[in-house]
Amino acid sequence: MEWLSKAMQVASDWAIPLIFISIALVAAIKKVRVYEVFVEGAKEGFNVGVRIIPYLVAILGAIAIFRGSGAMDYGAKLLAPVLAPLGIPSEVLPMAIIRPLSGSGGLGVLSEGLKNFGADSFLGNMMSTMAGSTETTFYVIAVYFGSISIRYTRHTILACIIGDLASLLGAIYVSNLFFN
Amino acid sequence: MNLIWLALVVIGVLVGAATGTMAGITKAVIEAAKTAVELSIGLIGIMALWLGFMRLAEEAGLIQGLARLLKPVMKRLFPDVPPEHPAMGSMLSNMAANMIGLGNSATALGLKAMQDLQTLNKDPKTATNAMVTFLAINTASVTLIPATVIGLRVSAGSASPTSIILPTLIASLFSTIVSVMAAKFFEKRRKFRLPEETK
Repeated sequence: MEWLSKAMQVASDWAIPLIFISIALVAAIKKVRVYEVFVEGAKEGFNVGVRIIPYLVAILGAIAIFRGSGAMDYGAKLLAPVLAPLGIPSEVLPMAIIRPLSGSGGLGVLSEGLKNFGADSFLGNMMSTMAGSTETTFYVIAVYFGSISIRYTRHTILACIIGDLASLLGAIYVSNLFFN
Repeated sequence: MNLIWLALVVIGVLVGAATGTMAGITKAVIEAAKTAVELSIGLIGIMALWLGFMRLAEEAGLIQGLARLLKPVMKRLFPDVPPEHPAMGSMLSNMAANMIGLGNSATALGLKAMQDLQTLNKDPKTATNAMVTFLAINTASVTLIPATVIGLRVSAGSASPTSIILPTLIASLFSTIVSVMAAKFFEKRRKFRLPEETK
């Protein structure tokens, strides 16, 4: 396993520079005016960044209220007895609830869990798998749609929440197979 | 989204009132507003960098090449997007960046993909089927290298920080399949389908 983590480190160090040099070289060979075309494309960056501000303020603000009030933790406690019979340990529930809402919150829960249960314990492995296989769904939805000013998102939330549930249940099931 | 937003705010404030955490809420929400702007501003530089290279890649024909390579899969996932459209290439580059855990770069590429998809949209305020499917894939996100989690495990003193790679891959593969199926299933339901499809 040692070599694998080293190989991954190298891969992630090299990925972006290699992508950049390949694009630049191929473009130059194809006689693209590299500098001017790059600047032309990069101009768009500012508009996108500014356009997502109101959407991000809206979603991060609402999540902050929900989390700051302690409602998130109560929710996790309330759901625990319901989900325990399904083979979902109550210790990993905060992870399941917080992760789709808040990236920093989810990582906070994970590092606390790793400390409390041990990184290589069954629960530690399960929480890591859960964190790795899910995304901060609401942040992604807000930013992606915000960047093009979409207001009617139709079935996005429903499909993404179903995906989140599948991630969590999948992570719990797979962890049971691998680590238990 | 309206309902979820309202629920987060109302439940938060009510729970805060009942448990006396109002001061904490005030601080948290103002802090969050600041964070939101910092995140957006921080993204501008990364966006500009990637958009610059993406434009180069497009002009060099690299993006179209990538799209052509994976055309059979992409055609099935996004039947409404013409196979040669730049959106296919930018969606693919976002997915690739997500898989290897490039975080902010993946976001920049994803936003580029949304812009490309928007050029095909007849109603610029409403999400298209392709956008929803793309987001469903994105939020479930097949993960080859869960870099952040591995980093946390290392700092927590794990003896085998990478042991979660395979389980994570399997779980995220499973959830990607489920969420694509969910997106495809709901896009045709009466409650969600686009007006031009309602006959």
